[in-house]
This record gives sequence, C-alpha cells and structure tokens, in this order.
Amino acid sequence: MPAPVLTLTDRGLYCAAGDFYVDPWRPVDRALVTHGHADHARPGHRHYLCTDACMPVMRHRLGNITGETISYGEMRRIGDAQVSFHPAGHVPGSAQIRVEVAGEVWVVSGDYKTEADGFCETFQPVRCHTFISECTFGLPVFRWQPQAVVAKQINQWWATNKAEGRTSLLTAYSLGKAQRVLHLLDPTIGPILTHAAVENTNAVLRAQGLTLPDTTRITPELDRKAQSGALIVAPPSVLGSTWARRFGPLSTGFASGWMQMRGVRRRRAADRGFVISDHADWPGLLGAIRETGAENLFLTHGYTEIFTRHLREQGYNAHILATEFGGEEADDTPDTGETA
Amino acid sequence: MKGFAALFLAIDQTTRTSVKVAALADYFNAAPDDDKLWTIALFSGRRPKRAVTTTRLRDWAAEVADIPLWLFEDSYSIVGDLAETIALVLPPAHHRSESSLSHWINVLRSISDSNDEVRKTTVLAAWDRLDTTERLVFNKLLTGGFRMGVSQKLMTRALAQATAKPEAELAHRLMGDWSPDTTSFASLIEADDPAADLSRPYPFCLAHGVDDPDSLGPLTDWQAEWKWDGIRAQVIARGGAVHIWSRGEELMTDRFPELARLAVDLPDGTVLDGELVAWDGASPLPFAILQKRITRKTVPKKLLAEAPVILLAYDLLESAGRDLRAAPLHQRRAMLDSLLAAGPQDSPLRPSPLIQSANWDSLRHSRSQARDMKAEGVMIKRLSSPYHVGRKRGDWWKWKLDPLTVDAVMIYAQAGHGRRANLFTDFTFAVWQGNELVPFTKAYSGLTDAEFTKITQWVRRNTLQRFGPVRQVTPHHVFEIAFEGIQESPRHKSGIALRFPRMLRWRQDKTVDQADTLDHLREMLAQYG
Repeated sequence: MPAPVLTLTDRGLYCAAGDFYVDPWRPVDRALVTHGHADHARPGHRHYLCTDACMPVMRHRLGNITGETISYGEMRRIGDAQVSFHPAGHVPGSAQIRVEVAGEVWVVSGDYKTEADGFCETFQPVRCHTFISECTFGLPVFRWQPQAVVAKQINQWWATNKAEGRTSLLTAYSLGKAQRVLHLLDPTIGPILTHAAVENTNAVLRAQGLTLPDTTRITPELDRKAQSGALIVAPPSVLGSTWARRFGPLSTGFASGWMQMRGVRRRRAADRGFVISDHADWPGLLGAIRETGAENLFLTHGYTEIFTRHLREQGYNAHILATEFGGEEADDTPDTGETA
Repeated sequence: MKGFAALFLAIDQTTRTSVKVAALADYFNAAPDDDKLWTIALFSGRRPKRAVTTTRLRDWAAEVADIPLWLFEDSYSIVGDLAETIALVLPPAHHRSESSLSHWINVLRSISDSNDEVRKTTVLAAWDRLDTTERLVFNKLLTGGFRMGVSQKLMTRALAQATAKPEAELAHRLMGDWSPDTTSFASLIEADDPAADLSRPYPFCLAHGVDDPDSLGPLTDWQAEWKWDGIRAQVIARGGAVHIWSRGEELMTDRFPELARLAVDLPDGTVLDGELVAWDGASPLPFAILQKRITRKTVPKKLLAEAPVILLAYDLLESAGRDLRAAPLHQRRAMLDSLLAAGPQDSPLRPSPLIQSANWDSLRHSRSQARDMKAEGVMIKRLSSPYHVGRKRGDWWKWKLDPLTVDAVMIYAQAGHGRRANLFTDFTFAVWQGNELVPFTKAYSGLTDAEFTKITQWVRRNTLQRFGPVRQVTPHHVFEIAFEGIQESPRHKSGIALRFPRMLRWRQDKTVDQADTLDHLREMLAQYG
C-alpha cells in the first residue's frame, strides 16, 4: 500500500508531501479549509487557502486573516502535492478537498449534502482511492424529504401563525442553514425579520452575489407592533430568551436534521421541528461514498462506530478517524455511541 | 388514517393543553363514528390485541430497509422508540391509501390468528401504503404502546366540547367494560338512555397532596382517615352480581373470590369505594403480599388462606340503585356505617376507621404513627363535599408521610424512552456491603431535564462497559433515593425491594464512601417491612 497522503496529528490532518493541514484545529503555518463553520475554520493559522466563495465568510468570522483563494476545480501545486477544491453542497463556498501525491488520490469531504438546494454549489462526487467522509447522520433512520416538501411545511406554518395573530420565530444556524431557510420562504406571506447574527452573514453573502429575499434587521428601534404576521429568522440560542418574548405571542420553529427524531424534537423548547439539514442523509452518504469509487474510508463526526461497522460489512476498508470536528449541529447530537 | 395521523402530529407538536384539546375536539367533529369510537378506546387504554410480536416486526423492518438486524437494533437504541424506528428506517411507500383508522385497526386485528406468512405480507403491504407519521401510528397500534401525551381526562374534555355533553357525564359513560366490538359511538356517547350496563363503575374521586393542612381551616369541617397502601377499588353489587374495578379500570372480580359473597351480602344497587388490603385479622399485611394476589388471574387455595383480602370501605356511591355522589360526605359516610353495621360478622367488608382528633396538631401526631398502622399517611376529606369526578382541588387531600431515604451510588445507566430518548434517565443504584457495591434498586424519575442532560454527558465520558443498552459507569455519583416502603425480596441480589423508589436529590456534596450500607437497609426492613 502506498504511503498515506494525509496523516492524523494532534493539530489535524497533515499532508507531509505538501507540508500543509486540512481543517486543522490548532494553529499551523498553512491551512486548507473546507468551509467557514467554526469547527473547521479556526483562528490563528499563518496562511489560509479556501474557495473564492468561502473567503468573505472566513474574513467575517476570523477577521483579517492572511491567505489566498482558489476556484472550484482549479489544480494547484503545493510542494509535492496537487490540490483542488470541489463543491460539497453544505453551505455557499464549501468544498471537498482533493489531494493527489504520486498518483494516490485522497479526498477530504468536509461537511456535505448531496441534494441540490438551488442555493449553494451542488455537491460533486470526486473519484479517489481514499475518502475521508463525515457521517453526522450516518444512521438508517435519517432520510430527508425533498426540500420542496419542507419548504411547504414551513410556509404553511408561517401562514397559519399569521392568520392566528402570532409571530413566527424560526431558529437556524446563522451561517448556511439560516440563509437556506430564507431562500425557501414565500415573502408574499409577510415581512421577514432577522436577528443581527443572521443578518450580518446575509450581508456577506449578498455582497458576493447570492440572492436572498428582502429582510429587515431587528434593532432596538424597530417598531415590533408594526410587524404583525412576521417571520423572524434567528439562531437557536434565542429560544426561551427575553429577546424572543418581546415579540408577543409566538410560535417557535427549529430547523435541523435532528428534528427527525421525535424525542429530540420534543426536548427542544420549540413548538415545531422542521427536518432540514445541510448534511447528507443515510442514502446520501452511501451514494456519495459509492460514487467516489474509494476502497479506503475514514469516517469522522457522528455515528462513526456504527457507520464504520456497516461499511466494513459492505466490503469497504473503513476506519474511524478521531477528529475534533464537532459540527455546527453538535449541541443537538444525541448519543453518538462514542465513549470519548 | 390521514385524519388520525394529522391529529397525532397536532398533539405531538404542542405542549399546550388547550391546543391539544382543540385538535381533539376538531377531530371528534369531523371523523366518522367508527374512527371516533376507536379514538376514544385508544385514549382510554383500550387497545386492539397485539397481532405480531416485536421480534418479528424488527426482522421484517430490517429486511425491508435492507439493513442488518444489528444496525436496526443500534438505531432503535438511539431513537428509543420501536414504532418510530421502524417508521423511519423503511424506504418511502410506493402507494397511497385513503383508508380510515378503523380500516387499519381491522386489518391488524384480522391477522392475529393468521400464520406468520400472512401476517408478514399484510404488515409489509400496510407499510408500503402509509407515510412516515401514518406508519408510526400504525406501528404503535401494532406494538401496543399507545401513549401520546393525552390523558383520558383531556380526551373526555375534548369530547365534551365536540358533543356539548357535560364532561362528568361522559366520564361516567366511558367507564367500565366496553370495547369497540361491544358498542357503537351512538350508544356509548349519544344514546339518551344507554343500555344500562350493570357493571359500570363511577369515575373515581382523587385527592391532591397537601404538605401543611393548617391552611384548610377548622378541623371540624373535615374528616380524617388512614391512607392505606393497598389497591383502590370500587365494589359494585347490582342485579345479583358483584363487580370489582381497580382505579385503572381493570375488572378484578375473579382475583378476589373472598369478595364474591358480597353479591348476596349487599343489598342490590350498592356501590362502595375503598381500599383492598391483605388482612391478618387486625391490620393490613405488607403490600408485597397483596401483590402476589394481583399478579395472578386465579388464586390458589394456599395463597387465599395466607393472604385473605378485605375491603376497607370509605365511601358509598350508590344505595338502592340511587346515585349518591351529589350528597355530602357526612351523609354518605353515615349511610355507609349503617350499611356495614347491618352486615354479617364475618364479612370481608370493614369500615375504614375515622381518626378522631381535637386539632390539627393532634392529627399531625396521629399521622406520624401511620407506619405503625401499616398506612402511608392520612386522608383529609371535607365533610360537606360531594363525590367529585377525577382529581379536583379543594375537598380531598392526601397528607402523606415523608418518604424513607437512603444515599446510594449510581452504577448503571440506560437511556429513557419517548421524550427522554437519548438522555440517560434510568439508573441502577447500589449500597455498600463491605468493599462491594451491591445493586438494590432502579430509579428513573426525580431529576430535572437539566440534571438529566448533565448526567447524560457525564455517563458518555465515564462508561466502563456496555451490556446492550445498559452502561456500567464509574461509581462516582451519590443520589438520595426516596421510597414509600421496603420489602424482603429473594429475587434481588440485595434481598430487598423498594416501593416507589425515585431520586430525591443528586448529592454532589457526597463522595462514594459516604453512601449507605446494605446493613442500614436491612435495619429499615426490620423496622418497616
């Protein structure tokens, strides 16, 4: 077997041939970053490389970092390694990173979703020998409905709330999920208000040409009474807060793949759970893995133990990779089966 | 099924009682009579007979989902609900079905005597015609565990809204020995004079707990009785027959043959409320002895001699066929006393004695002796009160003894179900015997959600070993376990069994070596067992 292209170190995945790291979790000289979520794009690296569409969000979150950008599909040589970035379909600008050393091809998936959402660049399978895949939702109970079905549920909920004189508060992560949800809303129903954390990200994404419906930023000056029938998009942390209570009678919703499980849905302090995720579901993961043609798999992030065992039984050479990626949805993660 | 699945979702999506009741009332206004009748049956604990074992269901679900059985089982232990796990792993259905709830219930009832092949074909065909929520409901009907956050009381309230009939009247109509096979919606709910069912019990009047009865006003307005640790029961003598109902509306007549004579002893049209206890001739025997009686449908002679059961009666609900519930308690009690006084000497009926006290302090003193009386506290009932339907605040109070407690070490943890799936909520506790920790009880309630979340994170990091869904954890955390009684139990390694154990508090101030010993528990057994 050829020498590994990437090895796991205490700083993260390291490529000796190119002397760089992929999504490292401690400061390094050269970091290749799949996407802007905090568990993948950490502060303190000397030099960053990410896609053109990813950099604005990275700068927004990490400040004035030093680095350069790369287009999807563009080949770049770093030391003895050939690297390229390919759409991961997770959030705008997110990428899988392909690393080739002496004819041996490894792909790091980062986080990915296989369904085209009409918003971020659609996932493309990349052929490789070794695939390092996330498996946040690597259990057969996770099967997503088509996005259009969930969009209809959300808009119906909003319209019903409006008819009953309630404001709708839909919570979703500020980067990615919030904008995807905004993209699914029917603005003819009523005004759309945004929490500052969401609106700041909106501004970054609009500036790079992404289309979002018109939104109004919530400020202390905003006349809340004039916003009847509005839908608010905010991060999940506002659920149950005094900030949320000031909008009068509310119906709360939470958009996440974890809402698939009734127990999790009912423990969340939200009235409604909408099953919508920026991660691949069970069929999506299995399909993506098949299409890479990879024989060797490393699984990270989620139900790794169960998923790895299943892949082995399917004939793959599969292993768990103990990374420190937590996932932007990690706080909802039920028992992952890992004791650590 | 679509209407019922929509109702299930509407109820599941809210924690607000008013919204649940409104959704149910809407459903009762719109659904066909057969479906309404089944809905009432399901929410009052009347389920269709289980047609398929869960082992078969797991096999079939794994097969259809094209996953190995272990993967199904692992998924189940994470989801925490079998019906839900099956609904989620199945691939999307190929067909749609407009069939009703009753149709699907009849489908699953039709296969209860079929061979395995027919059952499998039928269940798989059903799964392929139902969407995820409909499947969840169908699977719940199949597996029998039908709980969805709606009590019989809420259902009755919704039915009252939909039918414009008084809630108390409906509660009474829904009592007793009926099933969708023996009645119809019209005769159960709507008929002006429902075919009088001689066995039908009245809804039980229930008490709220009270910590300090001083605020209840002068003691002269009240009557006090012992709160027995037995089985609450209604004894109905009508039409020359006797029927005995538990509070859970289970017909228990055959389990207490010594009470059969009441069909003759009692005047026709008599209904008594009281507590069934095993009796040693002077006072009640421990609950464990009574328990031996209730776990069997028929009672062997030996057990009948060892643990004879009597009814300690405390209320009279019907006399000469007349409903007395609106009469004040003092009047009902007087009638009860003269009825019992007129009965034969060797009757298995006794009045539950009144506790005479000059003031609250003297009652407080009596209460402190409850354990010596084999009671768990004191009941306080307003002398002028009617016999209410269900749990109504104000007239009936239970003033229980403080529970017994012991400090114990958590050694095993298991995830809960339903709302608490994915949280470790079911724990096994141990006490010291020398240098060894001996498990003696399980408990799964008493902590807040925040505490369960915290302990769940700790369990994940401190698992020593796994036995299926059970995790052995580092002995580290001490909990104060409260319980109502303690009994000898040869089936348990510790030799003891507790009644109603729960976690009173998480003693983060205590270390493992400060936990109690098995000897200490044995002393409690000697004193209170």
